[in-house]
Amino acid sequence: MTTYWIKNVSILGGQPTNLVLNEGRIGHIGDLRGVSSDDGVEEIDGTGLIALPGLVDLHTHLREPGREDAETVESGTRAAAMGGFTAVHAMANTEPVADTAGVVEQVWRLGREAGYCDVYPVGAVTVGLAGQQLAELGAMADSAARVRVFSDDGKCVSDAVLMRRALEYVKAFDGVVAQHAQEPRLTEGAQMNEGELSGRLGLAGWPAVAEEAIIARDVLLAEHVGSRLHVCHVSTAGSVELIRWAKGKGVQVTAEACPHHLLLTDDLAATYDPIYKVNPPLRSTADAEALRAGLADGTIDIVATDHAPHPLEDKDCEWAAAAFGMLGLETALSIVQQTMVDTGLLDWAGVAERMSYAPARIGRVSDVQGRPIVAGEPANVVLYDPRATRVVDPAESQSLSRNTPYRGMELPGRVVATFLRGKATVLDGKIQ
Amino acid sequence: MKRHLLSTADLSRDDAELILATAAELRELADRPIKKLPALRGRTVVNLFFEDSTRTRISFEAAAKRLSADVINFAAKGSSLSKGESLKDTALTLEAMGADAVVVRHGASGAPHRLAHSGWVRSNVVNAGDGTHEHPTQALLDAFTMVRHLGGSGAKPSLDGRRVVIVGDVLHSRVARSNALLLNTLGAEVTLVAPPTLLPVGVESWPVETSYDLDAVIPKADAVMMLRVQRERMSGGFFPTAREYSRRYGLDGRRMATLQDHTIVMHPGPMVRGMEITADVADSDRSVIVEQVTNGVAVRMAVLYLLLGGSEPAVGGEE
Ligand SMILES: [Zn+2]
Repeated sequence: MTTYWIKNVSILGGQPTNLVLNEGRIGHIGDLRGVSSDDGVEEIDGTGLIALPGLVDLHTHLREPGREDAETVESGTRAAAMGGFTAVHAMANTEPVADTAGVVEQVWRLGREAGYCDVYPVGAVTVGLAGQQLAELGAMADSAARVRVFSDDGKCVSDAVLMRRALEYVKAFDGVVAQHAQEPRLTEGAQMNEGELSGRLGLAGWPAVAEEAIIARDVLLAEHVGSRLHVCHVSTAGSVELIRWAKGKGVQVTAEACPHHLLLTDDLAATYDPIYKVNPPLRSTADAEALRAGLADGTIDIVATDHAPHPLEDKDCEWAAAAFGMLGLETALSIVQQTMVDTGLLDWAGVAERMSYAPARIGRVSDVQGRPIVAGEPANVVLYDPRATRVVDPAESQSLSRNTPYRGMELPGRVVATFLRGKATVLDGKIQ
Repeated sequence: MKRHLLSTADLSRDDAELILATAAELRELADRPIKKLPALRGRTVVNLFFEDSTRTRISFEAAAKRLSADVINFAAKGSSLSKGESLKDTALTLEAMGADAVVVRHGASGAPHRLAHSGWVRSNVVNAGDGTHEHPTQALLDAFTMVRHLGGSGAKPSLDGRRVVIVGDVLHSRVARSNALLLNTLGAEVTLVAPPTLLPVGVESWPVETSYDLDAVIPKADAVMMLRVQRERMSGGFFPTAREYSRRYGLDGRRMATLQDHTIVMHPGPMVRGMEITADVADSDRSVIVEQVTNGVAVRMAVLYLLLGGSEPAVGGEE
């Protein structure tokens, strides 16, 4: 295995130092005098680069099995590696749904074979995501995939009793229910954020209250039964307020924000271009600002991508006919830099917390992922050049899909290298 | 004028006045024995209808033919919503046929906008009604009808200071959206009347007044436009019963008696008699509903003529 000497690199934005990756671990940090160098050493000039712990995504759609035309475990994890991720949680809304030990083990095994990322399958809460009957959560937890995160993402577990039971049941194996908070009756046919613009464009509104009503209910349920709740893709200022209130009361709730909700706003719907159609929808500027503030003060624990690949025909059509969702893995870190770091809201240690340590803790994988960059830890490391800029070209994506809303935008930063247990998955900005 | 007519918001006051003035000239044709003009000879107009609307389609067809354009009617089965032929594939087909203008009716809001801006076609696009978004030519013919009855004696078509009340399911009405914007552009004061459930979120930012009380606003109106209210809205909980809706928001003989003498009653059709309008009102002297249909052809002729850049004067040089 190649030993890497990364010279003059800034760990989490600190003073430049040297970082040795050896035998899959972080071998040494600091002065290289006296460090033995075999023939196999590859030196990397880390000048100007920041070393971050390998990023962990709690919310990725890899589409396999079932929609291999949109993404596969291999293509999705290649995109993840290019974005600086060393672990992704693969959502359960595949075909078949990941609601049995068999399917989650298949996804887990595909991830191991591809070798670009650790793939942690998310198990469905209910059979077929139908919201009727609990899936075999225990069997998925006990499987080789060791599932700890359960979600019907794409659908909301809207039945209050079923949600209560799911929250209770997963306590037996330290699981967490990740809720896609969307009151279904309030959002029938919903197309975009409900507001002045939806009324003008004649697109059915997706009101903030439909998200907030479910979050309010769920944090009360989580408190009542003493369980862990995770809220997916928080999108409104009101939701941030509710989660802040619940945390203040000691409820075991964690929450994620997506890069697109931090950067983009609902006025883009005026183009009627479904590249901007996503669920929950892009919201107002005030909502985006509340999400940034919540992410800065820790109310929102993590950034998760909700990377959602779709083939061209599902976006190259009229708005109402188009699929919800956008790519996110390869642009997440740049957008966090632009919205949180360059604005002074977070430092790089804060980024490491929200994109690596915390998601690994929530997913219960922090024995191997989301570890600090200190000697002896697994060598899951990303080297990032925050002073680079790039114009997003969908054709360059590792994803099989092209539905990025950032086409043509200039974004800051570039992932130079990603290491998964000491093996380079990305080097010189190129997938290995 | 812009290349496409997608929303009445695209029309400046000058644009709107030009369309209405052109329509007035063309309207004279309707009374002549030979109704055809050579203005668009050799041009192809495609009526692309993803939604059934015989009335609108026939109106556009008559308009194009009176300008000597070749007309292709293309009734697309379903839409990509129902996994029928996709908007894009249809558009590419039309492009291959060499359509100069595409008149599109679609159940999805924004579909004409997509057609115009996606690069799939080079044609001029006319929105003939999209989802719950807009129906600009309906608003133009409504404005044209109002100007004929209420427009005063000025040289330019104008509705300055005129009070227009639009009543009914504003939330789902593309006609209301287009009218609210256009009538405001032409100087009218618009009041939307509906139960609160049938007014869109954000309506307070529109250039209109709103009211929940029909009786309070109609005595001052110069024109009252009744919108169709579909019975299915009841199951959506928008109002309790058809009877209660009619009682609070329907136009019947008793309410008609409170109108000023000159006030006209309009309806974009198709009417639900007994729901938003009673038969005696629809058939009364105040009703201009039939005239709206005639005016529709003239207005659509004007739109096609102006969008396709007829350099010759519209009228004159008859065959
Ligand atoms: Zn979701």
